[in-house]
Amino acid sequence: MRNDRGFSLHIPEPSARPGGVPDFSHLHLEPAGAARRPQAETPGLEMRDMPYRFIRVLDEAHQATGPWTPRIAPEILLRGLRAMMLTRIFDDRLFRAHRQGKTSFYMKSTGEEAIPIAQSLLLGARDMCFPTYRVLGWLMARDYPLIDLVNQIFSNEADPLRGRQLPILYSARDYGFYSLSGNLGSRMSHAVGWAMASAYKGDDSLALAYVGDGTTAEGDFHEALTFASVYRAPVLLCITNNQWAISSFSGFVGAQEAPLASRAIGFGLPGLRVDGNDFLAIWAATQWAVERARANLGPTLIEFVTYRVAGHSTSDDPTKYRPGDEANHFPLGDPVERLKQHLIALGAWDEARHAALTEELDQTVRAAVKQGEAVGTLGKSKPPVREMFEHVFATPDWRLVEQRRELGV
Amino acid sequence: MAGGTRSMTMIQAINSALDVMLARDPDVLVFGEDVGYFGGVFRATEGLQARHGLTRCFDTPIAEGGIIGCAIGMGAYGLRPVAEIQFVDYILPAYDQLVSEAARLRYRSGGEFSAPITVRSPYGGGIFGGQTHSQSPEALFAHVTGLKTIIPSNPYDAKGLLIASIEDDDPVIFMEPKRIYNGPFNGRQGEQLRNWAGDPTAQVPEGHYTVPLGKAAIVRAGKDATVLAYGTMVHVAMAGIEESGVDAELIDLRSIVPLDIEAITASVARTGRCVILHEATRFAGFGGELSALVQERCFWALKAPIARVAGWDTPYPHAFEMDYLPGPSRLAAALARVMED
Repeated sequence: MRNDRGFSLHIPEPSARPGGVPDFSHLHLEPAGAARRPQAETPGLEMRDMPYRFIRVLDEAHQATGPWTPRIAPEILLRGLRAMMLTRIFDDRLFRAHRQGKTSFYMKSTGEEAIPIAQSLLLGARDMCFPTYRVLGWLMARDYPLIDLVNQIFSNEADPLRGRQLPILYSARDYGFYSLSGNLGSRMSHAVGWAMASAYKGDDSLALAYVGDGTTAEGDFHEALTFASVYRAPVLLCITNNQWAISSFSGFVGAQEAPLASRAIGFGLPGLRVDGNDFLAIWAATQWAVERARANLGPTLIEFVTYRVAGHSTSDDPTKYRPGDEANHFPLGDPVERLKQHLIALGAWDEARHAALTEELDQTVRAAVKQGEAVGTLGKSKPPVREMFEHVFATPDWRLVEQRRELGV
Repeated sequence: MAGGTRSMTMIQAINSALDVMLARDPDVLVFGEDVGYFGGVFRATEGLQARHGLTRCFDTPIAEGGIIGCAIGMGAYGLRPVAEIQFVDYILPAYDQLVSEAARLRYRSGGEFSAPITVRSPYGGGIFGGQTHSQSPEALFAHVTGLKTIIPSNPYDAKGLLIASIEDDDPVIFMEPKRIYNGPFNGRQGEQLRNWAGDPTAQVPEGHYTVPLGKAAIVRAGKDATVLAYGTMVHVAMAGIEESGVDAELIDLRSIVPLDIEAITASVARTGRCVILHEATRFAGFGGELSALVQERCFWALKAPIARVAGWDTPYPHAFEMDYLPGPSRLAAALARVMED
C-alpha cells in the first residue's frame, strides 16, 4: 500500500534553543524513595523495569528517603563534599588560566562532580576506573596532588605525562585512573578486558568504565556491553548522561525514545537509572552493582542523569545552541548544594564552615596554580625534547634513535 | 630447548608456538572468533582448549573492535593476550583500537600503561578468497608508530617469531601468509602443490625458542642485485630469481616493523641493484618506504633505478587472482630490466 503523502524525515530537536524555555519532562523522573530496590542477586530478567525507574534518595527537604538510602558515615559525606567543592574551584581556576593564555585547552565537569567522587570514595584502591574527560572528581576524591594536575595542564617541565598529552587527559595508575584519550568509547572494552583479566586471575579488582550520553551511539559501547555480558565481567558500566554532546542534545542518541539505561535490557544486564546529582543515590546504586559483581554475577549498566552546566570545553560557547539559563531549569538541582544541604540537615555542617572551607580550598588551588606557574605555563616551559622520542616502544628502534639525533636532542 | 624437532607445516608451527606459550606462561590467553572448541577456521588453535582449558583458549563475539579492545585491557592489567582476527581483511573495525589505543597507550600514559598484545591474523592472497579473504594491509600498520608488524615465510620462523611476539612488551600484528600455511608456493598456479615436508625450514623444535623481531634473513646469497620480499613472496622471489638467471641476493624481511635496515643497506651496497616485491597494492605500499630508504642510504651505490613489483592498484579480484598477484615471471622481468641499466 502506498503512502500518498510520502515519508517524512525526523530530525530531533531539543525542547528549547537560545531564548526558549527548556522542558525536561522527557526525563520521566520519579520522586525520592519511589524506585524499588531489588536484591543484588536478582536475575537480570526480573529487573527489566529498573531502567525505566529513577533512583533518587535525597528529597526536596534534603532528607534521605526510601529503600536505596545508603549507610554512609558523615565524615565520608564531608570528604565527598570537600572533593566536589575542590573540583569545582579547580575547574573554575584552570578554565580562567586557559582564558589567560596559560594553556591550550580545558574542560570543566561542573554539575557532574558527585558521580566520580562518590564512586571513587566507594571503590577500592585496587579497582580501576576507565575515565572520561569529565571525571576529574575521581582524582580529587583520592587526594591526587593538585600540582601534578596543574603541571599536566601547563605541559611544563614537571608534567607527569611529559608534555605528550592534551591538557586534562590524565593518567594515574596508582590512583586507579586509566590513561585518558581524546576519542570516545574506545576504553570501554579495555575496562571489560581488565575485568576479564581480574576474573581469570581470581583477583578481586573491579573495573569501572565511564562514557557520556553521546558515546552510547558508538559501536564500541555496544561491543563492550556484549563482551561484558558474555563473559560476566566484574565491571560497572556507567553512562553520565549530562544531556549534551558538544551542541547535540541527547535526542541524537535516542534518549527521547528510551532511557539510556534501557540499553542493558537487550544484553540481559541489570540497568539502573539514577539521579546523578544525588551523592547518596550514586553511592547506593554503585554499592548495589559492586555487591553484584563481587558475587560473581557480572556487570551492571548505570545511567546517571545529570547536567553539563559548562560548555563542552574551552572551544565552544553553549549560549549559541541552548538557552543560557537552561541549568536553572534542570530539575535535579546542583549536586554540591544538595549534599551541603543534606549535611546541614543532618547537623554535620553549617554555612560558616562551608564558607571557610570554600576559602581554604580556593587558597589551596591558587597555591597549586602558582606553583605550576613557577615551573612554567604552556610554551614557557616544557620537558626535555628528547622525551618526545621515549615510550613509543619499550625500547626505541633505529628510526627513533636516528631522528632524535637528527633533531639534535 | 625442550624436546627434539619434527616436521611441521606453518599452521602446525603456529599451533605449537601457542601451545608452548600457554604451557609456559599462565598470563597467556588465546581467543578470537571460532578459536576455542573448534580450533579456528585454519586450525591454528586446534586442541589448545582441550589441553589448556576453557579459560585459556576461548571463542569471542564477532566484534573485532571488542576483541582487540578487551585484549588491550587485559594487557594493561598484566596479561599477555593473543587475539586472532579470523582474516586480516576483518581487522579494519579494530583499526581504531590498534591505532588510537594499543599503539599510543605507553606513550600517552608516560609508561604507566602498555598493551603487550599479539594480534594474529591470516593474511595475503593465493587461495581464491576474493576481496575479503586475500588482502595485504601491512602498510596500514607500518605507518602507525608504536605497532610492530611481523610476517613470517616458513614454519621455523613462524614459531620463533610468534613466541618472540608474545614475549614482546609492545603490541605486535602477526600476519600469517595463509597461502603457505600448508606448503610453500612459488606463484606458479598450475604446478603440483607442495607441502612443507622435506623443506629444511619445516624442521621445527618442539619446545620454546625465539627468532628475534627486526632481523631479516638472507635466503639466497647473490652479488648482482638485491630482492626484498616477505611472506609468500619470498617463495615467488626464489622462483623468479631462478627464472631470471640473475645472481640476486634474496632478503626475507620477516619483520616489517622493526625493520632490519642494516641487512638491507649492506646488501644493496654490495649488489648495487634493488627490486622490491610484495603482493599488496603498489601505490603508497610498503615498497615505497623501502625504496625511499634504499635511495636515501645507498644512492651512490645504485647502478639502476630501484624497481617495485607489487599487486596492481585494484581491489583484490577473484577470477583474476593470478593476474593480480606478482608471479616469478614479473620478478624475472624486473630483474632483467635492472640488469640492463
